[in-house]
Amino acid sequence: MSDNGTFTPVIVGFLCNWCSYRAADLAGTSRMGYPATLRDIRIMCTGRLDPTFVLRALQKGADGVLIMGCHPGQCHYQEGNYKAIRRFALLRRTLRQLGIEDERVQLHWASAAEGVQFAQTVARVTEQIRQLGPLDWARNWPNEDPYAVEEAVHE
Amino acid sequence: MSNQKPKLALYWASSCGGCEIAVLGLHEKILNVAEAFDIVFWPCVMDFKYADVEAMEDGEIDVCLFNGAIRNDENAHMAHLLRQKSKVLVAFGACSYGGSMPGLANFADREAMFQWIYFDSPSTVNPDGVVPQKRSDVPEGELRLPGFWNTVKTLAQVVPVDYFLPGCPPEASSIEIAINAIVSGELPPPGSVIGPDVTVCDECSRKKSEKKIQRFYRPQEIFPDPDICLLEQGLFCAGIATRSGCGAKCPSVGFGCRGCYGPNEGVLDHGAKILTGIASVLDAMTAEEAEAILDTLPDPAGYLYRFHLPDSLLRRKARGNGQRQPVGETSQREPA
Repeated sequence: MSDNGTFTPVIVGFLCNWCSYRAADLAGTSRMGYPATLRDIRIMCTGRLDPTFVLRALQKGADGVLIMGCHPGQCHYQEGNYKAIRRFALLRRTLRQLGIEDERVQLHWASAAEGVQFAQTVARVTEQIRQLGPLDWARNWPNEDPYAVEEAVHE
Repeated sequence: MSNQKPKLALYWASSCGGCEIAVLGLHEKILNVAEAFDIVFWPCVMDFKYADVEAMEDGEIDVCLFNGAIRNDENAHMAHLLRQKSKVLVAFGACSYGGSMPGLANFADREAMFQWIYFDSPSTVNPDGVVPQKRSDVPEGELRLPGFWNTVKTLAQVVPVDYFLPGCPPEASSIEIAINAIVSGELPPPGSVIGPDVTVCDECSRKKSEKKIQRFYRPQEIFPDPDICLLEQGLFCAGIATRSGCGAKCPSVGFGCRGCYGPNEGVLDHGAKILTGIASVLDAMTAEEAEAILDTLPDPAGYLYRFHLPDSLLRRKARGNGQRQPVGETSQREPA
């Protein structure tokens, strides 16, 4: 997890098959440098992204989630990314109430030609999550209730 | 004679008592229950002591219907005890299945709740700053209270559970299905939710068409059309992603489904599934438009996880992170 003493986040990326996943390919074949923090998962459309995937990624130890799809108006399936916009807006409000910062889960666009934008987005999101620090599942969501095992008394 | 009948126990942990009333809601069929079972433990209705249960052989109780969430040491103690003494343990009702109303406390923590309940709430008068202690010494001796947990858990998060019976409370028809299954021995595989695996929309008679909503309404803000889908009219309805078995009672009287029967088979996170359905009907093509519509939906996490927060993937609000959010923000009742 640590890289020269600094925290290196684990970010799960849900990338649309028709645009951002190819932008990632382009960034790779063009040998663009960007932080090796993203674990790509290819989905057919951001409209396919069930919010359960995002929660599952966080629960399984990701420090952040980056969702990337086609620019509005350019969806391969006409309107999948509009559905993603709506779901993401509600998901972000829900995550806020659950104490998860906005920067940890982000939605961005990159067409198949935008390898540079893809690399820059990964770098920017990585830096934002690095500054937040680890999600720290064990501390924030302790499995056992400490008061059940300790003889703790209020005050 | 009576000890040849199968033995039935009913217990309430962190609950409101509505599940007990639901059992009585069987009306005259409760006599069939009394006829088929020997009731050996039901603290709400008859005078049994915990020591009576402790004195039983392991597995002596044939069926235990356990309602209520697990939120303190006493709840957990009884969950372990009844698991040990029961052949079949049924998580009865939304609290023991998913956490339900007591589980909404997982948006806060122990300290925040004690602060509000014993100090800050406008109806509290507590000049001496008295708060519950696990042990306190009085002239008569030592008094003990069960430890209060930070995180509410479901029954299945504490002990293995054989069957789940959803509902807040379970409908009489659902209880009948479960009791008949137990009496006849025709039980589904262990770990199953007893009841049909369809959504509330399947049972709802309202007319459904293409959904596009410009804003949400609170129930008190409009008189909904009696025949059209409530979600199309801007009323939050969890029926799209909630198991049925209730006969769509709430939508039939103009109130959106609250989600009490919980998720359908294979769903990991009830709130996320409701979210998927609710958000996709927003009439928004940009993030700004979506945000403007969502501004009319206060406390979205409270709506989405009303009955299944402890049973969701995240289970509770992060304890250490997100300090920018005051605890009271998720509550609709603002401190005065």
